[in-house]
Amino acid sequence: MRVIKDNKIVNDDWSVARELDADAPMPDGDIILPFHYWQANRDSLLDKKTKHAVWINGDTDVEELVSDLEHFSIVALDFPAFKDGRCYSHARLLHDRYAYKGDVRAIGDVLRDQLFFMYRCGISSFQLRDDKDAEDALKAFNDFTIRYQAAADDAVPIYKLR
Amino acid sequence: MYKYDNYDQTIVDERVAQFRDQTERFLAGKLSEEEFRPLRLMNGLYVQRYAPMLRVAIPYGLLSSEQLRMLAHIARKYDKNYAHFSTRQNVQYNWPALETVPDILADLASVEMHAIQTSGNDIRNTTSDQFAGIAQDELEDPRPYCEIIRQWSTFHPEFSFLPRKFKIAVSGATHDRAAVKVHDIGLYLVKNEAGEIGFNVIVGGGLGRTPFIGPSIRPFLQKQDLLSYLEAVLRVYNRYGRRDNIYRARIKILVNDLGKEEFARQVEEEWLHIKDGVMKLDQKEIDRVKGFFTAPDYDSSAADDNSFEAAQESNKSFTNWAKRNLFPHKVAGYKAVVVSLKAPGIAPGDATDEQMDHIADLADKYSFGEIVVTHDQNLVLPNVKQADLFILWEKLLEKNLATANIGLLTDMICCPGLDFCALANAGSIPIAKQINDKFNDIDYLHDIGDIKIKMSGCMNACGHHHVGHIGILGVRKKDEEFYQLTVGGSSESDACLGERLGPSIAKEDVADVIGKLLDVYVEQRQEEERFLDTFRRVGITPFKDRVYPKKPVKEKAHASN
Repeated sequence: MRVIKDNKIVNDDWSVARELDADAPMPDGDIILPFHYWQANRDSLLDKKTKHAVWINGDTDVEELVSDLEHFSIVALDFPAFKDGRCYSHARLLHDRYAYKGDVRAIGDVLRDQLFFMYRCGISSFQLRDDKDAEDALKAFNDFTIRYQAAADDAVPIYKLR
Repeated sequence: MYKYDNYDQTIVDERVAQFRDQTERFLAGKLSEEEFRPLRLMNGLYVQRYAPMLRVAIPYGLLSSEQLRMLAHIARKYDKNYAHFSTRQNVQYNWPALETVPDILADLASVEMHAIQTSGNDIRNTTSDQFAGIAQDELEDPRPYCEIIRQWSTFHPEFSFLPRKFKIAVSGATHDRAAVKVHDIGLYLVKNEAGEIGFNVIVGGGLGRTPFIGPSIRPFLQKQDLLSYLEAVLRVYNRYGRRDNIYRARIKILVNDLGKEEFARQVEEEWLHIKDGVMKLDQKEIDRVKGFFTAPDYDSSAADDNSFEAAQESNKSFTNWAKRNLFPHKVAGYKAVVVSLKAPGIAPGDATDEQMDHIADLADKYSFGEIVVTHDQNLVLPNVKQADLFILWEKLLEKNLATANIGLLTDMICCPGLDFCALANAGSIPIAKQINDKFNDIDYLHDIGDIKIKMSGCMNACGHHHVGHIGILGVRKKDEEFYQLTVGGSSESDACLGERLGPSIAKEDVADVIGKLLDVYVEQRQEEERFLDTFRRVGITPFKDRVYPKKPVKEKAHASN
C-alpha cells in the first residue's frame, strides 16, 4: 500500500484485511489482520508466518494488545471517521506507556489536516484516504514549527525552552 | 496581563497562514463542506442563519485597551459596526464574509489574539472570575493557571477530536463568580490543612438538555500536578465518552453513567502513570506566568478622597449607579466599575465600535488600560480610583454605557436566539426588550434588588437558563414561540438547578408572568431577603399558584340509581 512515512510517500507490501471471519482461511501475503482474527488464530499464525500486523479501532482497548505487541511489525489504528478521536489516545498509550517500537499506522478516514496531530501522538505512517492527494498532504507536517505541550514526538513543554 | 513572546506569536501567525490555506482550498473545491466544517469550527467560525458567525477568544475575559480597539476596528471594517460579548467571556461577530476571515485573524494576531478552539469538539477558552486579581474574597489570583491551561490546551494533539466540546473554569475566590460547577472541569483554588494552596477539582457539570451540578472528584490537587491531572481526566473522557449520540456526549453523561467514584478511580489510575513525568509543572514556570499578573502602580493616597461621597449626596442618578455598578476592591480608595451592556432597547451584551473605542480610552485614562469581559455579558474596568468615579460615570453616560442595573432584573443573560442562531427555537432578544419595556421604573428595579434572569432560545442553554433565579427557555409548539420558566436556580457557590414553574407560556405573556413572580416576592419577603432567598424559604407553590390559578373543580354529576 501507498503510505506517508518519515515525510515521504512510500510503497510497502502490506495491505489491510477489513473484514475477516474468525474461521476464514489464513490469507496469503503481508496482511494487516483484524485483531479479533489474530486472537482467534494466534497459535497457528505464530506457527506459519514470520511477520504479523493487526488493526483496531476505538472500540478495542489498547490494553488488550499489550501482551502480544512484541509480535507485531505494525499496529494499525482505524479512524472510521476523522472526527472519531479515540485512536489519538491509543497512539499515545502505545508509544508512551507500552514503548511499542513498531510502526503505528493510521488507516481509514485519514486526511491532511489531522496528520500533524496524529504524528504528534506517535503515529508513524499514514494511509491517506484514497481520493486525497498525498503530495499535498505532506505539507501538513510544516503547518506549525512550535508546539506548546509535550506529546509522543520529541517535544517538551515549551516553557522549558523559555 | 500576559504578553506573548516569540513562541506565542509564531503559533498564532502560523495558525493564520494555515487557516488562509484551508479557506482557499475550501473555496477552490478541494475540501468538502463536511471536511472544512471541523477546521473552521476550530477557528470559531460557524455558518449561521444569515451569515457566518466568528467567535474570537478572550482568554479568561481579559483585554488590553489596544485589543479592545482592535475588536472595534474589526466591527467597523468587516462587520456591521457592532460585536456581541458572550457568556463565555468571548466576543462574536455576526456578519463577516467567509473570504475575509483569514484577514480578520491576521488583524487579531497583530494584537496577540486569536479564534483558536472557540468552537469544535476541543478544549475551549478557559473562563474565570471577572474580579480576579482585585476581589477582597480572593485566596489567589486564578489567571496564571488559566494561562497555563490555555497554552497546554492550544492545539493539544490528543484532545482536538473529543466526543464533544470541553469547557474549563477556574476561580480563586470564596464567592464563585465563574459558574465553576456547571463546567466540564471546574477548579477552585483552595487551602488544605497544611496551609498549602491547590485545587478542588470538579468534573461533569454542565447545562444543555441534561443539566448537572458537577461533583468534586478530588478535593485537593497540588499545583504542580495541574496539567497531568487534566490530561488524565481528558484521556479517560476521550476514550470512553459516548460518540454515538451528540446529546449524550458531554463528560457529564460519562461521569453520571459511571458514577462519580468509579469515574474518579479511572482518572486516578490513569494519572498515576503520568503524574511524575514530563507533565509535572515546574514551580519556575508557575512563578514566571504569575509575574505577568502583578498589581498596577496603585495610588497609596486614593482613599483620602472626599469627592466620591460628596457627589453621591448631590446626585441621585450617580448614587443609583454607584450602588449597583461598583464592586469592592482589595485596595482602599479603588473600585471595580461594571460597564453595563444592558441598556434598554439594546440586545444584551452588544457593543458598537464607537462604544468599544470609548471604553478603551476610558480604560487607558482611569483603569491602567485593562478591561474584563464578565460571564454576565458586561465589561469591567477593574482598577478605578474613587476620585475618578464621577467623571468616569459622566463619560460612560455619553455613550449609553451607564445604565444603573448591574445584578438587577434588566441585567439579563441572553443568547442571540432566533434572530441570529441556526439552532434556536424561539427569540431571546425580543423577550429582553419586552422585559425592559415593562420594567422601566428604576426605583422599582432597585427595590426588587438582586435577581438573575437568564434566557436561552433553545435547550442547548447558551443563556444558562437552568441556573437563573428566573430561567426562561424558548420552545416551539405548533410553529409558535413559547417560553418555559424555571425558578430558583443559581450558578454561584450555592449552585443548583431551577424548578420548573408549570406549562410553557405564550410569547406576549412573559413579562407579565415575571411581574406576578415579583409580586409574590414583594408580598412574602422578609427583611433583607433577595428573590432567591424568599423562593428558597417559601418554595415554588405560591409562585405557581399566582401564575396558574387553580380552576374551580366542577362537581361530578351523581349517577342516579
